Amino acid sequence: MISNSRRIVLPGDLLSTNPKTAGYGTFVENGKVYAKIMGLMDKTENMVKVIPLKGRYIPSPGDVVIGVVREVVSNGWNVDINSPYSAFLPISEKPETKGRKLNDVLEMDDSIIAKVVGIDPKMKVTLTMKDRVCRPIRFGRIVAINPTRVPRVIGKKGSMIKLLKGELGIQIIVGQNGLIWISGDRKKVDIAEEAIYIIEREAHTEGLTDRITEFIKKRKEAGIENE
Amino acid sequence: MSDMNFDEDLSGEGKKEDKPKLIIDGKRLDGRDFEELRPIKIEAGILKRADGSCYLEMGRNRVVAAVYGPREVHPRHLQDPSRAVVRYRYNMAPFSVEERKRPGPDRRSVEISKVSREAYEPVIMKELFPRSCIDIFVEVLQADAGTRTACLNAATVALVDAGIPMKGLITSVAVAKVDGKLVLDPMKEEDNYGEADVPFAFLIRNGKIESIALVQMDGMMTIDEMKKAIEMAKKGAMQIYELQREAIMKKYHAEDIEE
Repeated sequence: MISNSRRIVLPGDLLSTNPKTAGYGTFVENGKVYAKIMGLMDKTENMVKVIPLKGRYIPSPGDVVIGVVREVVSNGWNVDINSPYSAFLPISEKPETKGRKLNDVLEMDDSIIAKVVGIDPKMKVTLTMKDRVCRPIRFGRIVAINPTRVPRVIGKKGSMIKLLKGELGIQIIVGQNGLIWISGDRKKVDIAEEAIYIIEREAHTEGLTDRITEFIKKRKEAGIENE
Repeated sequence: MSDMNFDEDLSGEGKKEDKPKLIIDGKRLDGRDFEELRPIKIEAGILKRADGSCYLEMGRNRVVAAVYGPREVHPRHLQDPSRAVVRYRYNMAPFSVEERKRPGPDRRSVEISKVSREAYEPVIMKELFPRSCIDIFVEVLQADAGTRTACLNAATVALVDAGIPMKGLITSVAVAKVDGKLVLDPMKEEDNYGEADVPFAFLIRNGKIESIALVQMDGMMTIDEMKKAIEMAKKGAMQIYELQREAIMKKYHAEDIEE
């Protein structure tokens, strides 16, 4: 249940009378802080913010995202990153392209893990694949969730992700745009997928990590019995 | 929509062909007081594919609202490099009125779409999403006067459900003048045979009415009546505002308890 300090607020609700505390999801008018989106209010002494419950992914530099190549053009690839803005991956930002045709490196409908390097004022998003986590996805599974629930899937300092990886022995890469890549033993991936959907559905409840631990344990036992 | 046949409501009344009596013994035809709303039912998040959605009943009006976005603008030339484009489409189903309505946009629905969009434009924080668009669709499934107000109320809930940043909520209600009296939230008979129909929409922030987002008027009213109508509409809007809030809280609370 929601305690009073974390209640649901709607756009226009007054959150604070101190404009210095205004954080994410708020706006200031006449020295008062109002919520601009629907979400959970998170109020501390020197900061008030609204944790969104719904909404699209808006790219920001440094985000790891999972995208699908939509078009191959002369100087790179246009990538759909599940956002209002489509992204562009230039050849110069993709390693291992020397002497190969663009189509052989990445084709249309290929999924990739990439990093956002920049967004210009025209909201043109540039990606890079010069990073250790970046790779084309040739196997595994991609699970789609609401982008606003991504922080819960990662958990505090990656605790939830560590739990899933540790308990199931699989690979997981979470894109900030709500797409999650899972790879490993198929049955374990099934469990991870279900667990992620549970996290998405119950993102704003407390004691989630414990419930997920229990869920995985139960599913693993059920799996062993069936074999 | 002047063509309509009265059923049981009026059969006993003096048969004045052109204008039936709309207030009988100080009560309205459906037994409401002058300042009483029709029963309202709101449900948020009923469409899976939309980013935000809402089903709303206001008396015998039934409308569905869906919000998509922010998303890419198609056709491309409509996009605005500095802010999001807001599009509002009001549409009546062919079966929403007694005589089949020819499907597709007509003069009336284009006008309603325009004024409704203009009510939302200052409320939605468009500058946060340059080069994108926010699409609002409202479909009238069953009409019983005041569909534009019902649609605005539904669209607000859908926008909030979609997580679109806004400065407040829009709540809408109409006031009509029938038989020389002002009545809140007119139904079909009052709309068709009344002397005036004035739909209002208000921007409500933190439980207080901040400004008027939309006013239209069909018919005539004195200045004093207009002032009284605004006060009546404000009272009605506050009741609807509470119901809108409740609908959203219910959806997200239900998610909590579910397990």
